[in-house]
Amino acid sequence: MIPEPAVWAIILLPLGSLALIAFVIRPFFNRAARLSGYITILALLGSLALSGWALKSALGHEGPIGFTLHPWLTLGGPTSATGFTFRVGLLLDPLSAIMLVVVSGVSLMVQVYSQGYMRGDPGYSRYFAFMSLFTASMLGLVLARNLIMLYVFWELVGLCSYLLIGFWYHRPAAAAAAKKAFIVTRLGDFGFLLALLYLYFHRASFVAAGLDPFDIADLHRAVATGAIGGMVVTWLAVGVFAGAAGKSAQFPLHVWLPDAMEGPTPVSSLIHAATMVAAGVFLVARLYPVFVASQMAMNVVAVIGGFTALFAATMGLVMNDIKRVMAYSTVSQLGYMMLALGVGAPVAAIFHLFNHAFFKCLLFLGAGSVNHATGTFNMQFMGGLRRVQPWTYATVLVAGLSLAGIFPLSGFWSKDEVLVAAWRGGTAFSQVVFWLAMAAVFLTAFYAFRMMFLTFHGQFRGGVEAEQGGHASGEHRVHLAESPAVMVFPMVVLGIAAVVSGFLANPVVDLGPIPKHWFAEFLGGALGETHPQKTSLGVAVVSMLVALGGIGLAWAMYGTRVLSPQRVGRALRPLHTLLTQRYYMDHLYERAIVSRGFYKGACQALEKFDDNFVDRAVNMVGWFSRNTGHSVRRLQTGQVQLYGVGIVLGIIVILAVYLIGQ
Amino acid sequence: MTVHDIYLLSPELALVALGLAIVLLDLVVQRKGVLGAVALVGLVVPFALSILLWGDVHAEPTETLSGLFGTLVVDKFALFFKFLVLGIVALLVLASTDYVSKLSRSQGEYYALILLSATGMMLLAATTDLIAIYVALELASLPVAALIAMLHTDPRSPEAGIKFLLLSAMSSAILLYGMAFIYGFTGSTKLPVIAHLISSTATPGVPLGAYPVLLGVVLVVAGFGFKLSAAPFHMWTPDVYEGAPTPITAFLSVASKAAAFAVTLRVFYVAFEGVSLDWALLFAALSALSMTVGNVVAIAQSNIKRLLGYSTIAHAGYMLVGVAAIAARAPAGDGSLGPQGVLFYLGAYAATNLAAFFAVIAVCNKIGSERIEDFAGMARRAPWLAGVLAFALVSLTGIPPTAGFMGKLFLFSAAVDTGLLWLAVVGVVNSVVSAYYYLRVVKVMYLQPPPSEEQVPSSVPFRAALAVAAIGVLVLGVLPGPLLDVARAAVATIVP
Repeated sequence: MIPEPAVWAIILLPLGSLALIAFVIRPFFNRAARLSGYITILALLGSLALSGWALKSALGHEGPIGFTLHPWLTLGGPTSATGFTFRVGLLLDPLSAIMLVVVSGVSLMVQVYSQGYMRGDPGYSRYFAFMSLFTASMLGLVLARNLIMLYVFWELVGLCSYLLIGFWYHRPAAAAAAKKAFIVTRLGDFGFLLALLYLYFHRASFVAAGLDPFDIADLHRAVATGAIGGMVVTWLAVGVFAGAAGKSAQFPLHVWLPDAMEGPTPVSSLIHAATMVAAGVFLVARLYPVFVASQMAMNVVAVIGGFTALFAATMGLVMNDIKRVMAYSTVSQLGYMMLALGVGAPVAAIFHLFNHAFFKCLLFLGAGSVNHATGTFNMQFMGGLRRVQPWTYATVLVAGLSLAGIFPLSGFWSKDEVLVAAWRGGTAFSQVVFWLAMAAVFLTAFYAFRMMFLTFHGQFRGGVEAEQGGHASGEHRVHLAESPAVMVFPMVVLGIAAVVSGFLANPVVDLGPIPKHWFAEFLGGALGETHPQKTSLGVAVVSMLVALGGIGLAWAMYGTRVLSPQRVGRALRPLHTLLTQRYYMDHLYERAIVSRGFYKGACQALEKFDDNFVDRAVNMVGWFSRNTGHSVRRLQTGQVQLYGVGIVLGIIVILAVYLIGQ
Repeated sequence: MTVHDIYLLSPELALVALGLAIVLLDLVVQRKGVLGAVALVGLVVPFALSILLWGDVHAEPTETLSGLFGTLVVDKFALFFKFLVLGIVALLVLASTDYVSKLSRSQGEYYALILLSATGMMLLAATTDLIAIYVALELASLPVAALIAMLHTDPRSPEAGIKFLLLSAMSSAILLYGMAFIYGFTGSTKLPVIAHLISSTATPGVPLGAYPVLLGVVLVVAGFGFKLSAAPFHMWTPDVYEGAPTPITAFLSVASKAAAFAVTLRVFYVAFEGVSLDWALLFAALSALSMTVGNVVAIAQSNIKRLLGYSTIAHAGYMLVGVAAIAARAPAGDGSLGPQGVLFYLGAYAATNLAAFFAVIAVCNKIGSERIEDFAGMARRAPWLAGVLAFALVSLTGIPPTAGFMGKLFLFSAAVDTGLLWLAVVGVVNSVVSAYYYLRVVKVMYLQPPPSEEQVPSSVPFRAALAVAAIGVLVLGVLPGPLLDVARAAVATIVP
């Protein structure tokens, strides 16, 4: 059994790496910036090893391992009515154990890759310092036993995403994207914060039952015993889901994720695979009993998830930026996870998160590798790269097949479970979301292979030089070659994971040392889903056929060009425009809501209020302060006898008030 | 005077002996740097003795030891302040090693006077007798007057020293006058006896039970208010802060204030506990006034030391919230929360303000100016100093994860708990106002271009002091529990 300090070390190792880089390497050894990368990798190796140990302990332990709760701070005293003690502690259960391995493993691969990708960047040390903090925050979020602690790490994750998306802060687009990510997720976080405050104001019913409202296990218990219920649970769940929807980029808060491409590509891959966006799905799974207690909240989660899965996939169809295609793909896949949670299949959701982490991380690393060769992210200027980048091609192909859900790659297994769960959900909502998800399977396969064909097949179309009209700047230029080994190695590792993770983690038959369905059994106990999903051959075959259909269409349009994409685009022009304009959602937010509604409407109204009310008050205060300031300055002459008079006057006034007021 | 008395007084005695030893050493050593090192190492002795006493007090059933005919008490409350003052002095000595070279002829006196003043401050927290309180107060104040006037090269320094001396004398006179009324009414100078007499003879309807007590209490409040630099007894503060050598300004702003709060809490919570409803409102009013005056006038300042002077007045106001949060007003509330908050805040404020002042010392020494606009671009010229100063200013504003945030959280929640919601609101509004002038300094340092690229140097001991203070701010902001537990144990002796 893993001792508590070792579990803390999982968080503290990357945090220590941050401190070491920020306070030692950057100020004193900035010439040897490469050290920062090595330190980060070492710290994450340690975290990964300890995470493995934690997983092993969780496997051998019945029920969650709740480590000691440490009182953090006490407001009010034991005798006071408003008194409350906030406690912090760690919770190691199957859910957090699996997440630990995913987060530290994927992050480690990303850091190795970054050694090559970020080489020579002036902010090399800063990059690894932020990446360490990012990973530490996510690990802390996963391990937190207490919602307050979870919230602190949750916000730290948000902060790091801001710092890393805006890593190249001198580029206006990056700075804007960082702000957008921060502000949009903040809208969701506000819901989460309200949920926490709501919980705090209902703490009396917890305290009466001897429970701590912020303790996750106690919260589950309170829901199970009915200490809280009804609308309280619904509001709580909806508030938490708002936070999750922000972080996991669910409709209508998805707009930040595609813009988050402005960060360095390895950052995107970490955000999309294991840290930022996974946090939302994790949070819902973490508080799953709360959601189960409210059918309304479950329906909200399922419908938003299902809608997002399809909605985001449609936008992925027409994007030309390879990273944007993948960004919409992430949004869509997160929709799958949410819908699985909503239809009562948390195991399928986490299983999909687990598989998705590997193949999506790989897809992004592949995009970075392609960019390394061509200098651009625009697929219209790529093509034919399979000959110069065989390793990249092979690994991305695996990831693409996995994303499309082709047997026997990992994506197939988890996507199938999600679909089966929706099919067997038994409510009208689950029927609707099943068809949404099935439609999204087709689109996913299509855009994944559109990306494959445009990038790797056909003839090379000139890269960044063609894009910028022949004269590329020094920073980005075309040199068609495979990426360095330090970048290829993590891709191969992730490629292997993308092939086997689905089958090995949750085999449908006994596999030597790995018992049948161990992932589902292991996780199901923790999430209250004791009967593992039965696989349905029918759904599996249909979804495979649908996916193959999508690939076939992509092949027809972009492989053999039997169908001209241009002609299809023209034929469906309104739809095509709608998609390339991303359903005008960004327009709606930026033009209508922010510019017109906020600036023109609210701000002007407020300005009127400001001019007529506040300004007058301020002017009054200003006039008063100026005069007071003047008189105070006159009083503050430096004449010591006046100060003495002030003291005596003060005494007289106090006495007078006492005597008059008695 | 028995051996036991000497033992109880041993931390103070050790401190006096250390001060005298440094004066003697000053006569013989040529390299004056040794003096600071001796002072720092010597502080280990009173510190160790205080730890020893803590153990003894802990073992005692009443948690109190008293000696010197009942004038000296050693309880956790007194020991809390011994540790606080010793910690402040240690950091100050560490940070003064550069600065004292300005005082070429009187380095020994500089350290010795700080140590003697600290002795007075420690005693101030450890007496329950009005006469002893007065003596300790004078012992704490007189060396400070000399220290303020020590910078001969700057005419503002002797001027500030004289001002402090005169006003300090006047406030002492007022305090004594007040004590005389209380003695005249009760016939005792012992706080517990006074408490008994006042609550047993209180006339309903008369403020504080009797008119002589009212007069006495108001005069005592004025006397302590001077030391706390609470409005309207604050007017000396900006002048003296600006004129004094900067490390002494730092000393005044944290140690002096801590001792003043110690004695205020002890006198009012012990001697006047029975009529607390009558004086608590006075402290609440002084609190609101100090916060508002301090923050509003600070906005207009262009000199960083004056700005920190007004900020000190505002912070005295925040801490007075805790003094006003008495149990008598809200039977459901917990009356020990306010004093606990004050003690925690004093610790937090010591770390924060020392960090801020240390950074200011280093910067002003180099650029030879105390004007805020001359801090432009400091983030490039001295990234560490600017970073620590910015962090300290964030803490003074009360933004997490800093000590200042936790301190305000405890004080304001104590106010809410004891039915002083309005005062908590005033405090929060004032915190918002204070953000304006604190963050303006940060803005100047980070967003305005530096006039020159010349780096601002600092010595190793200085950096150590700065780092300890800054880490203290962070640790208290993230893990407030341990200090709060100590504060809770300390307060238990004055709030039963």
